[in-house]
Amino acid sequence: MSLILNEEQIMLKNSAHEFFGDQMPVSSLRELRDKGDKNGFDPAHWAAMAEMGWAGILVPEACGGSDFGYLGMGQVLEESGRTLAASPLFATALIGAPLMATAGNAEQQQKVLSAVASGDCLLALAIDESPRHEPLGSQLTAVKNGDGFELQGQKQFVLDGHVADYLIVLARTSGRTGDPAGLSMFLVDRNISGLAISPTLMVDSRYASKLTFDKVRVSGDALIGELDDAWPTLERVLDGARAGIAAEMLGAGQEAFERTLAYLKMRQQFGAPIGSFQALKHRAALMFCELELTRSAVLAALSALDKGAENVAELASLAKAKACDMLELVSNEAVQMHGGIGMTDAEEIGFFLKRARVQQQVFGDAGFHRDRYATLQGF
Amino acid sequence: MSTLETFRLETRAWLEENCPQSMRTPMPEDERVWGGRNATFKNPDSQVWLERMVDRGWTVPTWPTEYGGGGLSKDQATILGEEMSRLGCRTPLFSFGISMLGPVMLKYGNPTQQAEHLPKIARGEIRWCQGYSEPGAGSDLASLQTRAEDRGDHYLINGQKVWTSYANHADWIFCLVRTDTSVKHDGISFVLFDMTSPGVETRPITLISGASVFCETFFTDVEVPKGNLVGELNSGWTIAKELLQHERGMIAQIGRAIGGNVPGVEAIAKKYLGTADGRIGDAGLRDDIARHVMNDRAFALTIRRAGQESESGTANGGASSMFKYFGTEQNKAKFELILKAAGAAALAWEGDDYEPEEITLCRTWLRSKGNSIEGGTSEVQLNVIAKRVLGLPD
Repeated sequence: MSLILNEEQIMLKNSAHEFFGDQMPVSSLRELRDKGDKNGFDPAHWAAMAEMGWAGILVPEACGGSDFGYLGMGQVLEESGRTLAASPLFATALIGAPLMATAGNAEQQQKVLSAVASGDCLLALAIDESPRHEPLGSQLTAVKNGDGFELQGQKQFVLDGHVADYLIVLARTSGRTGDPAGLSMFLVDRNISGLAISPTLMVDSRYASKLTFDKVRVSGDALIGELDDAWPTLERVLDGARAGIAAEMLGAGQEAFERTLAYLKMRQQFGAPIGSFQALKHRAALMFCELELTRSAVLAALSALDKGAENVAELASLAKAKACDMLELVSNEAVQMHGGIGMTDAEEIGFFLKRARVQQQVFGDAGFHRDRYATLQGF
Repeated sequence: MSTLETFRLETRAWLEENCPQSMRTPMPEDERVWGGRNATFKNPDSQVWLERMVDRGWTVPTWPTEYGGGGLSKDQATILGEEMSRLGCRTPLFSFGISMLGPVMLKYGNPTQQAEHLPKIARGEIRWCQGYSEPGAGSDLASLQTRAEDRGDHYLINGQKVWTSYANHADWIFCLVRTDTSVKHDGISFVLFDMTSPGVETRPITLISGASVFCETFFTDVEVPKGNLVGELNSGWTIAKELLQHERGMIAQIGRAIGGNVPGVEAIAKKYLGTADGRIGDAGLRDDIARHVMNDRAFALTIRRAGQESESGTANGGASSMFKYFGTEQNKAKFELILKAAGAAALAWEGDDYEPEEITLCRTWLRSKGNSIEGGTSEVQLNVIAKRVLGLPD
């Protein structure tokens, strides 16, 4: 298993580094926040990213994508994490695209895939129904109704739900809550009758939506993949999302750490740079170790996804759990080591702390993934 | 078929034919082979296995054949390692000569020294010990005081070393001595001498685990020929630091090897806490154990990544301190989890009411405490990372 990048991936990473640094620095997120932007991202940025092929990294070339794979996607996400760049990259390109490419029927793929790759169609995945990630606990129902289905229930914490053209909705079609069997996915137009979308501005200056389905009728061809058999596909796509957000968290952690190191070298107290004090040196060295371990876990998970390896689930949980623990540590230490100015809105380090906690919750926190890893390992 | 694949098949066939069956089982600590003039082989197969591996040069697969090595490329050595683990082959020879002295001798030794010492290391004929720490020079190793005075054709050595692992069983010592008292780091030299030289005395130290693997070592007017100086006079610190990197890598591995004689912490927890639906009975401890084994996995992946980076020339250095720090802290944490899981069964010191494996748990737990002290404490490793990798100021 390769844990280092090939030339193509290094080039992709370098151009992403340059793009996010030049076009979407942390200050651009602050601007969006301060002007109360209702998208939470700048469509011009997304158009530029699509132009470079990033919207279609996980879309096959035949459908207009660039097909760079998860390792390639991870590099773009890591660099986007460094500047906390807000865009549909996560919900549309990392999750929606491979889900539709894997499970969508020909008609659905034609409807969305090339439009996703060109940046003209946004997707959002609706799974969670409570403040905690518990995909098997999904209770929204889809009941057969003539040729179609009727959806009833609610979804929460739907990332990009407020801007998505289509929502991918997980519903129970048979069996009991908690069963992997009996779950199905539907592709739902945002304008469909009976669907209410209510966005909330989250602590990281991005939006997550609550979706309420009141007798929403969809046609039979809204079903994605097989009836009652969504779980295997969904789980694989979720693992891609977990590895991907772990890559983004790695970038955020690395950046917050480097900013903190620079501050430790610059800030003078007691006539010396505070980075000369052993109490801070040791904590910095510990963060370095955690970042290195996280990087290895992230690369292993991305690599396994590209290979379609059997241990994807274990490695994705490893990557997400490590990224959560690392980033909780680094984001807290970053604010602490910046001292008083770390508490001010004027200093950017606080943005990293706020984003970190949202990233930690997305598709399972460290505890969720430790439990899953232990179960997969048989203890 | 690629040459490497051919090599793999040939290696596999050779190992299957030549590795005795009992050498394919987990190794009890008392069956470890350390070689030397007074080598002991508790299991006779160990000797057969060692001799066969020595004949192929595979105790030191990447060393040149002229020094008793196998002359293998890095890739071939990796394949040999993989094939040995596949069969469960034991390490044929444990040796500070191989893991610590050899690499620096290959770089700094003169041709006479290399020809004299390296083949004997490869064949396990001479057992080495390391004379580094002193009572007053632990973490601040460069403050060492053991003197080597120039007496014309030889050096006269006086002083004391401590924590000399297995000094009482060693045939030779590689030793740091002070050859200039007016400067600190630049007054240290690296010398080799025979432990049977007149004036050498060793006293084993009993540890908290009850074992006595370390010694105090005293030198009183020991005469060492000048030809036994390695590298330039007063440039021993450079060699010493490089050797420490090899040592740190080894301790991180030994930590894991020590753990290798003990079942996984998950298995121990299942045995003593029971399971519910296949899960360890205590949810809190299960979470702690999951965190621990996941860190182990991420650590193993990091070692692998460092190997790939080093082969592709993209390594960033500073890795050995991180490995020493993390590997040893993980090993200590593992035994603390085992103690929590096994309860009183891991606290038995001696007696018949507990299994020998349980008494081993207790002793090994105590031994693991030394992992983060020997070869540079965890605190020193963090200092090294902060300075060399992160560039934080003094």
